[in-house]
Amino acid sequence: MSQQQHPLFMPLIFVGGLIFGVGLGFSHMARPEVVLNFLQFEDFGLLFVMGGAAVVTGIAFALMPRLRDRAPLTGNTYGRRLKPFDRNVLIGGTIFGVGWGLSGICPGAAYASLGVGNVTILWAIAGMFVGAYVQGYWRSHRADAETAATGAD
Amino acid sequence: MATELFAPALYESLFPAGISRYAIGGLLVGLGAVVIYLGTGIPAGASTFLESTLSYVSDQSRFQQYVGSRDWRVVFTLGIIAGAFIYALTFQSGLVSSGLYEPGTTGQLYDVGGFSLWLTDVQPWRLFIGGILVGIGTRIGKGCTSGHGVCGVGSGSKTSIVGVITFLIVAIGTAQIVMALGVTP
Repeated sequence: MSQQQHPLFMPLIFVGGLIFGVGLGFSHMARPEVVLNFLQFEDFGLLFVMGGAAVVTGIAFALMPRLRDRAPLTGNTYGRRLKPFDRNVLIGGTIFGVGWGLSGICPGAAYASLGVGNVTILWAIAGMFVGAYVQGYWRSHRADAETAATGAD
Repeated sequence: MATELFAPALYESLFPAGISRYAIGGLLVGLGAVVIYLGTGIPAGASTFLESTLSYVSDQSRFQQYVGSRDWRVVFTLGIIAGAFIYALTFQSGLVSSGLYEPGTTGQLYDVGGFSLWLTDVQPWRLFIGGILVGIGTRIGKGCTSGHGVCGVGSGSKTSIVGVITFLIVAIGTAQIVMALGVTP
């Protein structure tokens, strides 16, 4: 993505993040307790956060490719978020699930949690960077060892 | 809510805080992702920020592949933090209220300059160890709650739907076990 030169690109990303962050605060998903209450079957409201968000993106992702070919700020074609399936989806999803169930925190909600004043969440954010580094270090070296850099995701 | 009319007891036990704050929050999360998508064509996720930001300080090939997107991902994350802060200054502080907003009872509110900020009661060791696993798992599993859960499911991606079902079931099992072991909060 080298077309980030449009003067409105960064402001638009910021505004999108802003709305996203207000939503995570308003929904209380930025509070680990509320996520844990959901996972412990004490309050099922969180279903409406992911569900509501996915309905909105679903409509946009279905409509936009038919209305326009390219996004105005980047020239990117309007596509969908489709990633190839392999066992990493199951392995990674399982590891993420243990972490989410233990802490009640996922990446976007953790950033938002900092915004509502929750400095304690820096423990989780530090942990996420450690985890991302560990898997990246390991996978980088494994890829080097195989020498065939196939550009796997 | 119309749903309260036919089964109030069931509704109350399933949704003790109502559904409006969740649904409206979810619509805003979706809207934020859509604003970025409409302008740029990018279906944004929040977890790639972890690796793309590491590319500023590490030469590992896994991180360097994100050099091209690392700047806007920082801006996206700063936007999320700022948006949540706007919520804190308004609804969380009680300066703006709505019948559709149900204040929370969890954690601790503390006062800074007349505004209410919030702290979790969840213990730091849970946040840190959980965070490590979230950092490993979201990156190996190709996405998190926003990438798979919002943009991927919104795209009708089978990979994302399987990913979401996987992390949701495992997270429910984990949280139930941790609760059964008597760890609170």
